[in-house]
Amino acid sequence: MRYLPLTDADRSAMLETIGAPDIDALFVDVPAEAQLDGPIRGLPMHASELAVERHMGRLAKQNLAAGDAPFFLGAGAYRHHVPASVDHIIQRGEFLTAYTPYQPEIAQGTLQMLFEFQSQVARLYGCDVANASMYDGSTGCWEAISMARRITRKKRAILSSGLHPHYVSVIKTMARFTGDEIQYTAPVMDAAPDYAAMLDAIDDDTNCVVVQYPDILGRIGDLSAIAEKAQAHKALLIAVVTEPVALGAIKSPGEMGADIVVGEGQSIGVGLQFGGPYLGLFATRQKYVRQMPGRLCGETVDAEGQRGFVLTLSTREQHIRREKATSNICTNSGLCALAFSVHMTLLGEKGLRALAAENHRLACVAADALAAVPGVTVLNDAFFNEFTIQIDGDAREVVRDLADKNILAGVSLGRLYPDEADLAGGLLVAITETTSEDDINALAASLKEALA
Amino acid sequence: MNAPNKSGWKPAMNADGESIGGPATHTGNRALMLEEKLIFEIGGTDTTGVDLPAPDLSAPRRMGGLDRDARIGLPGLSEPETVRHYTRLSRQNYAIDLGLFPLGSCTMKHNPRLNEKVARMPGFADLHPMAPSTTTQGALAVIHELGEWLKTLTGMPAVAMSPKAGAHGELCGILAIRAALEARGDARKVVLCPESAHGTNPATAAFAGYEVEDIPATPEGRVDLAALEARLGPDVAAVMITNPNTCGLFERDFRKIADAVHAGGGLVYCDGANFNAIVGRVRPGDLGVDAMHINLHKTFSTPHGGGGPGSGPVVFSEALAPFAPLPFVEKNDDGFVLVEEETAGDRHSNSFGRMTAFHGQMGMFTRALTYILSHGADGLKQVAEDAVLNANYVLRKLEDVLHAPFADSGPCMHEALFGDKGFAEGLSTLDLAKGLIDEGYHPMTMYFPLVVHGAMLVEPTETESKAALDQFIGAMRSVAERAIAGDETLKTAPHYAPRRRLDETLAARKPVLAWAEPAAE
Amino acid sequence: MSRYFTDEHEWIEIEGDTATIGITDYAQSQLGDIVFVEVPSAGTQVTKGADAAVVESVKAASDVYAPIAGTVLEGNPALEEDPALVNTAPETDGWFFKLTVADKSELDGLMDEAGYKAFVAGL
Repeated sequence: MRYLPLTDADRSAMLETIGAPDIDALFVDVPAEAQLDGPIRGLPMHASELAVERHMGRLAKQNLAAGDAPFFLGAGAYRHHVPASVDHIIQRGEFLTAYTPYQPEIAQGTLQMLFEFQSQVARLYGCDVANASMYDGSTGCWEAISMARRITRKKRAILSSGLHPHYVSVIKTMARFTGDEIQYTAPVMDAAPDYAAMLDAIDDDTNCVVVQYPDILGRIGDLSAIAEKAQAHKALLIAVVTEPVALGAIKSPGEMGADIVVGEGQSIGVGLQFGGPYLGLFATRQKYVRQMPGRLCGETVDAEGQRGFVLTLSTREQHIRREKATSNICTNSGLCALAFSVHMTLLGEKGLRALAAENHRLACVAADALAAVPGVTVLNDAFFNEFTIQIDGDAREVVRDLADKNILAGVSLGRLYPDEADLAGGLLVAITETTSEDDINALAASLKEALA
Repeated sequence: MNAPNKSGWKPAMNADGESIGGPATHTGNRALMLEEKLIFEIGGTDTTGVDLPAPDLSAPRRMGGLDRDARIGLPGLSEPETVRHYTRLSRQNYAIDLGLFPLGSCTMKHNPRLNEKVARMPGFADLHPMAPSTTTQGALAVIHELGEWLKTLTGMPAVAMSPKAGAHGELCGILAIRAALEARGDARKVVLCPESAHGTNPATAAFAGYEVEDIPATPEGRVDLAALEARLGPDVAAVMITNPNTCGLFERDFRKIADAVHAGGGLVYCDGANFNAIVGRVRPGDLGVDAMHINLHKTFSTPHGGGGPGSGPVVFSEALAPFAPLPFVEKNDDGFVLVEEETAGDRHSNSFGRMTAFHGQMGMFTRALTYILSHGADGLKQVAEDAVLNANYVLRKLEDVLHAPFADSGPCMHEALFGDKGFAEGLSTLDLAKGLIDEGYHPMTMYFPLVVHGAMLVEPTETESKAALDQFIGAMRSVAERAIAGDETLKTAPHYAPRRRLDETLAARKPVLAWAEPAAE
Repeated sequence: MSRYFTDEHEWIEIEGDTATIGITDYAQSQLGDIVFVEVPSAGTQVTKGADAAVVESVKAASDVYAPIAGTVLEGNPALEEDPALVNTAPETDGWFFKLTVADKSELDGLMDEAGYKAFVAGL
């Protein structure tokens, strides 16, 4: 077995040192009835690298990779070009095979990277501070609501109808056990986001308002008024960003007064990976730092006065506070944070702005091309790189039909909202710099055919 | 000093353990030990490492007038600068690729590179989670196939694949337990955890709305069955027990514990953090477990990545299976189906909900399945046996110099536990750990479990050769002897790491968590 | 003016109806470098034995229990800026909070300075 260095001679010598007659003697505390008498039956035996690669390669080929077809899916996961050096760096063994930096003297590489990552995220989101990452956007969103509750000591969270429905499901699942009151309705097909309804809903019992920006239908608007009203009622505004590239073009939630900004970082550096691992980004105001979930890296000095970095404020965490912890989380998404940080460093502000501008430019081209298709209406007035189109009939069927023709047309609202008949004609279309104008023309042509 | 290489690296140490490495350098570097500034100090907002068309400022925009006009302040670097920055940083990290990484309960085993190669196949890496299932059959097959392996290896009938990490898996298990109890109209309030439990167990139970009570341990380091039985009653929802436990021992009475809990109407959660000790040899399902999470990043070798991402699938008993979260994968005559809100229907109306936006850590599933197929049923059994053999070897080779509180309790499983008894006044486990850094090792887990004073938990894993173990044992003996002898130089260790001891008090009193431009002079 | 001590290592200074509460020199020496103190805000009602404040060192967080019931008058604002006061002046400037005493009889059974000294000596 290629991964096991011990030889049979080693094993015999070691058993002798231990004073055990055989390996079974080391499992003597396992009750006899729970001991298996050999390798578990019905499973294959070990296999060569070649054989395993062949098997996995065959499974991989049974998928239609995004790069092999005109591709328009978004809804919280976006396909962007990741520079080759990102993957090279995250495969360096010193990053890939390191543990959580609990021994800072021999983990400065990971720690400095995390400090840089936190600084990048804080700036991108327009906030004072960010943590070292969460599992993903959806779990981070729930953690933000929990954090707001610890600050306001109130229990009603108002979710915008434009929040990703899977995020809503995660929140509802958790709230069922914590007793938080969740106020939410599904979206309606309207060109503008639901900010007016949000403003009406805020009162003194409100813990937080959760608004996605751009929202699930791709709509955007100014969050300032919601922030002001929330704060006037001692509630927090939580802004959720599922497409971080957008913040290279549109104002950050922090600049508009959001108290917590949380979201998905997958777009930058991480890749689609069929849904995970992804990267939860989480930022807030300096004054709320001690209520923040997740790991934090901070600057300090060593015994010789040299700058160095450590994990800090760890008394918030489960291994010290046990049942009083701010969250039960004891991991971050370290390698994904590294990928994000490397990609963001390659981009820099100049590259991020250029990337965002290119996404928006192509999205405008696509919106015009699709609006010209008979039977298609573009819902949004404003968007970044994703918008909603409306067709007659069930968009789910159109998506399936187009998939059979090797066009990955987008995410139908019927899949996201199976119980909302009014949304069945909605289709989310996402455009990035990886989308070509040929792809856009192919989508327009095939939609035209499908709707004829 | 018992060093395997007497000539050693330069600079050498004098008798006081102080570096006598020569003059200071202009750069602060010491040959291959390279200092590296922050990207904010070396990059600029006009520098970039990507080629993109310059934005056309006159192009029409449809962003509702929300243009981000103010400076963001994100520094960029060209590609060569970027590669150099991160490569220099990487060299300040210890890693499994550099040497034995004996962190107890963390299972720092070799990460096979085939796993990385497979995870990067475009059919897995470049696949959208919401793509039509007709175009993702291979990915759904991976989730299903890995799930089948996990069920078979644990002897459990159901699995939830979506939890993102071990603690998330724990939460999944406890939420399923609570949902099951509520469904039978039997709300219970208390979860019992052993004193030696990892802090996530009580944190998870509290998060799920339970009161947490400790179960005492016996002097030999196992759960006190009699005390547990005495505490069981109609208010106890569940017990959470790690097996093998955090003292490195197999819970001999696990089946009796499970039977007693079940007889009292409660459910049994097993923390699977230490599954590596028994994988392929013992099935937790045979011991009466109702739910157990499996850390794919421990037992099944997905890389720790400097602190994540992890992956924590949960296996369930028949009693809990109906309450498993969405989404999950089912196989039918036409192929694989992703069961989620749209497709679950009434058949899965008891599901307690959704734990994450998509289907879990697919990138970890491909790696874990690759690892499992490489080992097969025979290889996995060998994994457990070699892991346990290596740990017992470490235990027996060190018990004469380090206090081993449970050495008489029988063989250990895959980790060996020591305490600081016998150290000279003023020297602690922390000092020994920092001394081990100078010897070129990442230290073992320190001060956990809490039931042993100055605990040191050593988990060598099965991917270490006998020679590697012997060298580590030599280093451990040497540092332990210095701690016992009262060697003061340990108190200022490490001497040879990229940094000396860091001031954690300063970091916590005045948290600096983001870079700020230095104030103008 | 009189000073009382609890077996949770808190001191209580009584002046009229007002009690000033902090942790003892012994307690701070056991905790090590204090990095953060969370004090209750004015107006908070505390009951005897309930959590009233949190004191954190790098590796530990400990709850400080209200030794007697009352209404919080103020938390020590200086601790927010300089938590190290608890290490340097635990029984003077490093006080945690002041409260209006609800029931002076709750002071019965607490230790005086000599009693506390003996208690610590016996630990």
